[in-house]
Amino acid sequence: MTEETPKKLVELKDLQLYFNKGKSNEVRAIDHVSFDIYEGEVFGLVGESGSGKTTIGRTILKLYEPTDGTITFDGKDVTKLKGKQLSEFRKNSQMIFQDPQASLNGRMKVRDIIAEGIDVNHLAKSNDERNNRVQELLDLVGLNKDHSSRYPHEFSGGQRQRIGIARALAVDPKFIIADEPISALDVSIQAQVVNLMKELQKKHSLTYLFIAHDLSMVKYISDRIGVMHWGKLLEIGTADAVYNHPLHPYTKSLLSAIPVPDPEVESNRQHIDYDSSIETDGKERTMLEVNPGHFVLATEEEAAAYKLEQQ
Amino acid sequence: MAANTEDFVIVGAKSSDANEHIAKPALSFWQDAWRRLKLNKLAVVSMWFLIFILGFAIVSNIFVTQNDANSFDSDNVGKYKNLPPKSGLPIPGWNGKIKEPGATESTDPYANSNVKKNYLFGTDTIGRSLGKRVIVGLRISLLVAISATLIDLLIGVSYGVFSGWKGGTIDVVMQRIIEIMSSVPNLIVVTMIGLLLGSGVTSIIIAIALTGWLSMARQVRNMTLSLKERDYVLAAKSLGESSTKIAIKHLIPNMAGTIIVQIMMTVPNAIMFEAVLSAINLGVKPPTASLGSLISDAQSMLQFYPYQILIPSAVLVLISLAFILLGDGLRDAFDPRASED
Ligand SMILES: Nc1ncnc2c1ncn2[C@@H]1O[C@H](COP(=O)(O)OP(=O)(O)OP(=O)(O)O)[C@@H](O)[C@H]1O
Ligand SMILES: [Mg+2]
Repeated sequence: MTEETPKKLVELKDLQLYFNKGKSNEVRAIDHVSFDIYEGEVFGLVGESGSGKTTIGRTILKLYEPTDGTITFDGKDVTKLKGKQLSEFRKNSQMIFQDPQASLNGRMKVRDIIAEGIDVNHLAKSNDERNNRVQELLDLVGLNKDHSSRYPHEFSGGQRQRIGIARALAVDPKFIIADEPISALDVSIQAQVVNLMKELQKKHSLTYLFIAHDLSMVKYISDRIGVMHWGKLLEIGTADAVYNHPLHPYTKSLLSAIPVPDPEVESNRQHIDYDSSIETDGKERTMLEVNPGHFVLATEEEAAAYKLEQQ
Repeated sequence: MAANTEDFVIVGAKSSDANEHIAKPALSFWQDAWRRLKLNKLAVVSMWFLIFILGFAIVSNIFVTQNDANSFDSDNVGKYKNLPPKSGLPIPGWNGKIKEPGATESTDPYANSNVKKNYLFGTDTIGRSLGKRVIVGLRISLLVAISATLIDLLIGVSYGVFSGWKGGTIDVVMQRIIEIMSSVPNLIVVTMIGLLLGSGVTSIIIAIALTGWLSMARQVRNMTLSLKERDYVLAAKSLGESSTKIAIKHLIPNMAGTIIVQIMMTVPNAIMFEAVLSAINLGVKPPTASLGSLISDAQSMLQFYPYQILIPSAVLVLISLAFILLGDGLRDAFDPRASED
């Protein structure tokens, strides 16, 4: 690594998480995944439903205990954090949840939901300060001030998602995991929320792990993209490289599924079927750098073939 | 190519004050439940009845003391015993007249024995006011009810939340303990405690403390298991909230419905438990009266002085019924399907 590469904020090394380990219903939700997230970047994680994206996010936040492997945040091993360092970590990294409905406690007022992090970390000295802070956050996400005394069920999905964003921002985190923050929303609101998140990122110099299941949205917000399938990370590269020069057949298949808003092109669009035998044939595969900064999970021969294909 | 997200404009969100204004008044979960409870007339009547009874029992401490109800005039037992209820009004059965055992005509024992006082609810076999004794019995029943509630809340809820939250081996062990405890018959527990401490209200309350919270603990534990996987609990965790706070702020409020309904089932059980124990002489010691002991004392005279058994029975049935009806109403009011929007 050269000096000009930005600092690594999050590093996953050979992370594994198996649900129901050793039982007949074992699920390898995360299967030997390694990647880094640099400070100030937006890392997009895409993959189909059930590929383990949420699980990765939650494991990074120490909500799930990994089966094996390490997660480093800001140079410290997350799984070993305790006491003061743990609360520091909790303050620095936050999550926006996939399901805005489920992530808000229906028995609490919006004010108390948003202020939860403020209370935990004693960020407000008085009740007035607390209310002002909640007010600021509501403004930030474009909600009205008399929303603070209401209950979550009175809001629309988009508004709830913004409440969730305000809650995550309340503790002034450095790193935010946005777990499909827009997939539960209708298209008009999706743009609102994505814009809001981009704006916040600029304003607060945040680092995002942006999880989504389709590449088209992620491309606009992400600097780099990782593609996941069945718990494995198949490809990592800059947004441009992954989107325009995909290497792995799975990525190609994902891309071929995106509709194009041009009738002529769209009518010629051909869906590329993905042959998953490339993951299940039992060969040893590692992350190989095919182009600078563009990695793919492959055997040496496959990597060479991908490289040839590119030219 | 699709437009860049920068090209999107947040439509109409220029003034957040004017926009996204919710006109509907803010209804909390509790207000909502209360609104639904009010629709159930029986439950509302039961609730007011119970509030009235509770208030009455508390106030009655001033004008009916334990001694009042227990003492009797040993020189005049014959004069005062078995006087029928007399309201002073010509209501059949409540006019101070009764058919004495063996007689064919109703007589007025008040006039015959020259009793000046009117006993609204009659007297028992040794001339104590039945009204006063029922009031004392009522207090004991309510005391048992309140203790059962507190025990359910304090032990049952915290045991359940702890077991469910910790999960794993701790949960397994704690659940096995519950199973073992609930397999011991209550009667044996009370008898043992009665042997140790002597029978009385204290023993009954201790017996309830030992076994009464088990089903609450089990229910709360099941709820905790499902609630702890909820996203809002994970969100609280990721904010660094402590386990105790999570339990108080997130878990318990979200199972409040279950807890309240469970209490409403425990209470009539506890009241009946006390009555049954007192009726089989494992409960309160004479001369203290409880609804159960009054019923069992009056049993032998059932054919001659039915009012002596009817009055305490009616009170017992009414309280239990009120709790059950209110519990039903609360269950509907807290119905998760209706409360989730
Ligand atoms: N608590 C759990 N216990 C057992 N299996 C689980 C659990 N949570 C997730 N899984 C399994 O792990 C796999 C990955 O789930 P995950 O929620 O991470 O998917 P995802 O990529 O976020 O999908 P989506 O796009 O639908 O949100 C799935 O097969 C899921 O069934
Ligand atoms: Mg997910």
